[in-house]
Amino acid sequence: MADTTDIKKGFKMLLDGVPYAVVDHQFVKPGKGQAFIRTRIKNMMTGAVIDRTFKSGEKLEKADTEERTMQYLYPEGDTRVFMDTRSYEQLSLSNDQLGDNVYYLLDGTEVDIMLFEGRPIGVTPPTFVELVVTETEPGFKGDTSSNTTKPAMLETGLQVNVPLFVNTGDKLKIDTRTGSYVERVKG
Amino acid sequence: MLQVLRLRATAMDAIRRFFAERDFVEVETPTIVPSPGLDVHLCAFEVRDDRGRAVGWLGTSPEYQMKRLLSAGAERIFQLCRSYRSGEHGRHHEREFTMLEWYRANASSEDVIVDTEELVAYVARALGAPDAGVLGSPWERITVDEAFVRHAGATVDASDEERFFRVWVERVQPELGKERPVVVTDWPPSMASLAKLNENGTADRFEAFHRGIELCNGFGELTDAKEQRRRFERDQANRRAAGRPVYPIDERFLEALEQGMPPSGGNALGVDRLLMLLSGAESIQAVMPFPEEEL
Repeated sequence: MADTTDIKKGFKMLLDGVPYAVVDHQFVKPGKGQAFIRTRIKNMMTGAVIDRTFKSGEKLEKADTEERTMQYLYPEGDTRVFMDTRSYEQLSLSNDQLGDNVYYLLDGTEVDIMLFEGRPIGVTPPTFVELVVTETEPGFKGDTSSNTTKPAMLETGLQVNVPLFVNTGDKLKIDTRTGSYVERVKG
Repeated sequence: MLQVLRLRATAMDAIRRFFAERDFVEVETPTIVPSPGLDVHLCAFEVRDDRGRAVGWLGTSPEYQMKRLLSAGAERIFQLCRSYRSGEHGRHHEREFTMLEWYRANASSEDVIVDTEELVAYVARALGAPDAGVLGSPWERITVDEAFVRHAGATVDASDEERFFRVWVERVQPELGKERPVVVTDWPPSMASLAKLNENGTADRFEAFHRGIELCNGFGELTDAKEQRRRFERDQANRRAAGRPVYPIDERFLEALEQGMPPSGGNALGVDRLLMLLSGAESIQAVMPFPEEEL
């Protein structure tokens, strides 16, 4: 059993059966009163962030969570199969569970998968991925400004806005946090 | 680091000048004391000698000894000292911190509130703090009940202490002093501690807040030894019930009250918090050369 002295950024606790991660915390103690820990915690299932105040010394239940680095292998029906890079253990995540992250998966892409009581609840892809353009209007030679953009379809099905000079077959660096174009990659 | 040292030195110098200009005498009282204070939510560090014998505690504030000086005839005294509180750690808490305490004999809590306003404005000017203007104008005074009504929509009965403080830390305190400092008065009598009671039955105790941070806690001092002993005994019983160490009553302090302490006003101000606010720092650790985590 943990208590409030264990609270720090990233500490994971179980509240009403749901795992929460501490985003921010502050010790508060009124002059003549008891101490509290005010926290901002993130529901690890839904991503919702809430405020919660604990009495100092209150017992907390640690959430049984584990983050594992896994390699994307291949699609299988409505799911994607991953392999633990150390234990070679495999697990499947549904496309629904993956959400937009399906657009960042190429053969061999390494992602961090959060497990709660052994079940996957979240995926963090690399911050940047490189994807090839499969379809876009022909580029204009010499137009290197990036003020005007056009849509482009990438190899994973992700659609992004790109500068006019980008051509089909170009490799692009994509920021997975925003799902947006960063730059064209040479080679 | 050098900036922190300079900030602290300038502030300490300003505090000493402020009190010297007002005929206060700077005093020093011991760090190791026979009773560290009995407030039920206070945790102290026990001190042992090299044979493992308990010899006392590190003071959580220099209050008892400074009041003994008032009983002995001192009229205006101040002290800048280290105080120690176990189990308190956060952006506004450190186990070892700098306390400024001062007492005025034959004075009221209002006299000490005025000292506080003037002192903080004085130090702010000495440091060239951006807040100096705001801090220089008179501070608003509101009662605890008014603070609850204003920020939480209704008063909270102090008999449910946990709820009282939960609402206080979640809804009320973060809003206090957003524009300019506010002094909160008329605390519930159960939280009188070492303060006398007002005629309306509330405790003659005040706390000042700036930007949601508690800066000081002051009293119109209780001078009735019998009542003080009753409160100490109740605090001890509450500590026992809460499973906390029960510290002894400082009998020499009570003797001093029996011999006669003049009606007095006193205040304890967290110097590190003041420096944090005046320098725009995010934590008190940022204005300390050696916070606990960097020792």
